[in-house]
Amino acid sequence: MKQSTMDHAARANDFNRDEERVNWHDETLWWIRQKRDLSVNRLPEWEELREAASQIKHNALSNLHGYLQAFEANAIANGVKVHWAANADEHNRIVHNILKSHGINRMVKSKSMLTEECHLNDYLAENGIEVIDSDLGERIVQLANEPPSHIVLPCIHKKKGEIGDLFHRHLGSAEGETDPQVLTETARQHLREVFLTRKAALTGVNFAVAETGEFVVCTNEGNADMGAHLADVHIAAMGIEKIIPLRKHLSIFLRLLTRSATGQPITTYSSHFKTPAAGKEMHVILVDNGRSTQLGREDFRNSLKCIRCGACMNTCPVYRRSGGHSYHSAIAGPIGSILAPNLDMKQHADLPFASTLCGSCSNVCPVKIDIHDQLYKWRQVIVKEGYAPEAKKLMMKGMALTLSSPAFYRFAGKAGRTVMRLAPFAAGNKLNPWYNQRDMPEAPAQSFAEWYKKNRL
Amino acid sequence: MSSRSNILAAVLANQPDNSPLPDVSIFNDLYTSEDAVERFIATAMGIGSSVHRVAGIDEINKVISERFTHGPVVSNLSGINNALAVDDDNYHAADVELSVFKVRLAVAENGALWLTEEDIQKRVLPFICQHLALVVNAANIVGSMHQAYERIGNARYNYGTFISGPSKTADIEQSLVLGAHGPRSLTVFIID
Repeated sequence: MKQSTMDHAARANDFNRDEERVNWHDETLWWIRQKRDLSVNRLPEWEELREAASQIKHNALSNLHGYLQAFEANAIANGVKVHWAANADEHNRIVHNILKSHGINRMVKSKSMLTEECHLNDYLAENGIEVIDSDLGERIVQLANEPPSHIVLPCIHKKKGEIGDLFHRHLGSAEGETDPQVLTETARQHLREVFLTRKAALTGVNFAVAETGEFVVCTNEGNADMGAHLADVHIAAMGIEKIIPLRKHLSIFLRLLTRSATGQPITTYSSHFKTPAAGKEMHVILVDNGRSTQLGREDFRNSLKCIRCGACMNTCPVYRRSGGHSYHSAIAGPIGSILAPNLDMKQHADLPFASTLCGSCSNVCPVKIDIHDQLYKWRQVIVKEGYAPEAKKLMMKGMALTLSSPAFYRFAGKAGRTVMRLAPFAAGNKLNPWYNQRDMPEAPAQSFAEWYKKNRL
Repeated sequence: MSSRSNILAAVLANQPDNSPLPDVSIFNDLYTSEDAVERFIATAMGIGSSVHRVAGIDEINKVISERFTHGPVVSNLSGINNALAVDDDNYHAADVELSVFKVRLAVAENGALWLTEEDIQKRVLPFICQHLALVVNAANIVGSMHQAYERIGNARYNYGTFISGPSKTADIEQSLVLGAHGPRSLTVFIID
């Protein structure tokens, strides 16, 4: 999918043109955040679970070299073929080669953010291979020729009228049909045919167990299982950070994942794939693509603990009002903003600034990633490396000057208050981006310092 | 050097000093099994399953004959009326109306039931059928996922899955729809 060169703020501005949609987006994601809270508050041990998960992930990262080899050896013993990909391109070539070796040119794929990160669909399309995404939300954005805007809710930015139009044009549903029940049934019939006819299926991986060589895939729709069980060849693509040490650790992560994501106690299906079914083939691709670099960045390595629940997006005041596409990265929101600069700091220099640093993301994260601290740290790295935009640099110099001189600070405050009182149009106009979606505050008559001088005892 | 050795070398160079694993056994006894059946029923019904407490196979047959009248029924349980055995060659998986499986483990906290390849033989069967029914003994319902994995332990399985309700999606404007790709309903029979 094509990426334009607009930054987060410009894209957010675009998203905010449709006020009704932004409000719906904001309120719906907040409703999901509230469902998460209800579910989480039923477990008195929630904080202990988060702490345990964070420590398990820390252990996994600190022994990743050994765990990866143990996982590989166990998976091979289980009859699985294991591949290693240093980067996105190698991952895509491995998938292509597996398909070529079987003479397969059509594949069904369940949700995998890794393949979004690698732009697998585009690569395979260029090589004459058709890929159909089977998660309903992903199928919808695929038909719209868009990337997902949320890792758990891929088409949360779309309204049912638009989905009805897409289904009418591509899947033959009745014109003007917008009933979610009917549209889902249309997709069910269409994708059932796909599942029954594709000889290769690709799935993502939620957790891979070093101890046993098995991997777990979680869905609500059952699409990963339908694809994988009906195909002759199952390819599972995973980042190397998906490893957990022991099978029993799944209990911790499966309890945390969906409660954090949607408020459900568990996904409908949590499938443990250990060996290929009789007469079939199973492949696992272990992908690095920058993860080993992130592992070496002390300030940012905790981001590799992420289990992709999306809770940080649902709670983020910026994400809810700017939409996933404004992040121009496979993974949007707060977690995406700390992962993306590792892959390409220049291209994603704007993302760590797309945050209020309110810390809500860190509070809901089920594996206790210090997301907002990392956003703050990335800002410093980005400015130091010279990737901050000129306007921001100039503004920061201005702020540094103002804040380092008490006299200038007092003057600037007074000037601001006077202008807001006498000439509010100087700030309340289209040249001030702050004003676009907000009203300017009323300026107080005096500063706190002035009030304090007059009123202190 | 191969990508494998490059990746492993980079990981070894960059991984932090060993950090110990936490003791996760502290979670094992948080839930008693005394009220597990009641909690299972409440949770399972809350996520869209229907649950029946039954004395035996006759009651199961009665519910099935009332609710599922179209198309083939497949089961790993003997005594289900008109059911084909799972390994019978005379049906297409895609045509199955109802799959009925006896399972050995269920979890109260999330309404999930554990199925392995040994139980179902054909992995696709609990997914491709229009409706799914799972049968579990009350004594095999544990309180939490921690207890579930204690039970599973080091068991050898080729494939296993927790199923907790009908296949579902809310991808269209967050409206919940049952029957996304898999079964449109899940019926759980608890044998006391």
